[in-house]
Amino acid sequence: MAEKLLEVKDLNVEFRTDRGVLAAVEDVSFVVEQGQTLCLVGESGCGKSVTSLTLMGLLASNARVKGTLDFGGTDLATLSEDKRRAVRGNDIAMVFQEPMTSLNPVLKIGDQLMEGPRLHLGLDKQAARELAVEMLTKVGIPRPEAVLGEYPHQLSGGMRQRVMIAIALSCVPKLLIADEPTTALDVTIQAQILELMRELSRDSNTAVILITHDLGVVAEMADHVVMMYAGQVVEQTDVMTLFATPLHPYTVGLMASIPRVEAPADTRLESIPGVVPSLADMPAGCRFHTRCAFATAKCVAEQPALVEVVPGHSVRCHLFEPGSTTPNPEALA
Amino acid sequence: MTTQLAARAADGGAAPMRHESQAQLIWRRYRRHVPAVIGTVIFVLIVLMAIFAPLISPYDPYRIFPVFEEHPTAAHLLGTDRTGRDVLSRLIFGARVSISVGVGAVAVYVVIGVVLGLIAGYVGGWVDMVVMRVTDIFMSFPYLMVILALVAVLGPSLTNIILVIGVLGWPTVARLVRGSVLSIKQLDYVKAGVSLGFHTPRILFGHILPNCLSGIIVNATFGVASAIILESSLSFLGLGVRPPTASWGNMLTEAQSITVLSTQPWLWVPAGLMILVAVLSINFMGDGLRDSIESRS
Repeated sequence: MAEKLLEVKDLNVEFRTDRGVLAAVEDVSFVVEQGQTLCLVGESGCGKSVTSLTLMGLLASNARVKGTLDFGGTDLATLSEDKRRAVRGNDIAMVFQEPMTSLNPVLKIGDQLMEGPRLHLGLDKQAARELAVEMLTKVGIPRPEAVLGEYPHQLSGGMRQRVMIAIALSCVPKLLIADEPTTALDVTIQAQILELMRELSRDSNTAVILITHDLGVVAEMADHVVMMYAGQVVEQTDVMTLFATPLHPYTVGLMASIPRVEAPADTRLESIPGVVPSLADMPAGCRFHTRCAFATAKCVAEQPALVEVVPGHSVRCHLFEPGSTTPNPEALA
Repeated sequence: MTTQLAARAADGGAAPMRHESQAQLIWRRYRRHVPAVIGTVIFVLIVLMAIFAPLISPYDPYRIFPVFEEHPTAAHLLGTDRTGRDVLSRLIFGARVSISVGVGAVAVYVVIGVVLGLIAGYVGGWVDMVVMRVTDIFMSFPYLMVILALVAVLGPSLTNIILVIGVLGWPTVARLVRGSVLSIKQLDYVKAGVSLGFHTPRILFGHILPNCLSGIIVNATFGVASAIILESSLSFLGLGVRPPTASWGNMLTEAQSITVLSTQPWLWVPAGLMILVAVLSINFMGDGLRDSIESRS
């Protein structure tokens, strides 16, 4: 088993707003091991992006964070802004969703690529330039020397995302956070970018937190999976177990809504009715009960806890009891 | 069509295309803007005139000739003024005052406005509140009155005029910059900068400022024109540049007398025309800049 790199424990993030205090993330705990890929999965608005922004310390000023973010022995949550800045870019780097806006339009690619290494690795201009060329070559950009002198608008979306990955990985971070890095790209480019991320993170033994709503991406990339719903972890296990025995009705529903190649052509896709409840208007009891086919009175009344039913597989659902991965309808009674 | 093809080639990533930065694009558009080019040529001529004033002007602007209030003649192309000084020479030296006030005052207030606007927009919260309320206060002053009062207290000199106009002029720039920063700081590339561990001043001046520059440049250009007019008004009112130093504004002061106004046009028409031409040329440049910056895709 690989060594533990990041341990998030009982993370709670609240936003103070005009409509009162809204809890965006509640009691989220997970562990990222060195060189491993952890996928945070869920629909829009379930707290996965807030979780990643918390790790980077990029939350808006009205956010309040509780819990510990143990990164190699230091708690990121309590670090001073100065120390935190030294971690960012150097130890933890981030790739954003929208490649069209994540590069500065008025600065040359080269300048943007060289800035990080010059700051964190203390390279001089010449060395930083060589590193930049090397990184562009690694991410598969043709004629890297020329691209250094170009502006972002001269590159396509896929190329820009490659540049973003090059920027993020140029200081050899221990952890890369990728927030839906392929959502804005063409399907053919998506596969290339994912492949690239996997290759580069394996080469440099960089752990990856990949945020996605695409279970196809999860199957492709993940070692561990954290399923989130409405700010809470609903299921958490390794990728093999998740696809072999999904437990939570939400996970099962998501999997049923993926089109299958082997299914007859006239099969209708399953969908989960309803939408994720808004933060200001959380249902009592289990947060998923409004959309769950198995919901009973107990689900409406009582919030289930996240229980490790078998070693390495936790689920937040009244249907399951410790020791068994088969749903027990009597548990609901 | 060709640009579309070039864009497509860039998408492929392999075909080399013409390297064109935003600045080059703006310059290309600016060159095609006829009034802007005319304005630039005239403005450059005025600046050259100001720089090389001692070489161009026929006489020392302070030299007093025995003939005063003389009609334009071959010896004095624009005649002489009431003290007997050569009007053309004074006109040429007057360009120095106008250009220095125009450029100097704008430089002062652009620096103040940019720094305060950047900080207010980026930091937000109470800092933003305080800066914006101060701009409100500054903008609700009767501008000319305050400048008059300040210049009267500090004493009318070129430096004081530049400082006063500069110190009072920053709120528009600050608001402009703050507005741009508010929208720019939401963009991913700013978050990316933060997530790469860059220092806040670096992000403010290295990443955000270059993206607001176009608006600032347009605003500053128009600002030079208004500063020139302001200096003329001050000098006309007797609180500008002190005679005997020549400025277009204090040359106009002569027109306060009805006799001069009706019978001695060479004493004030040239100075008035110079102000008009200078301001117009700068405003043409501003228009051209705005058009070429805003039409970028």
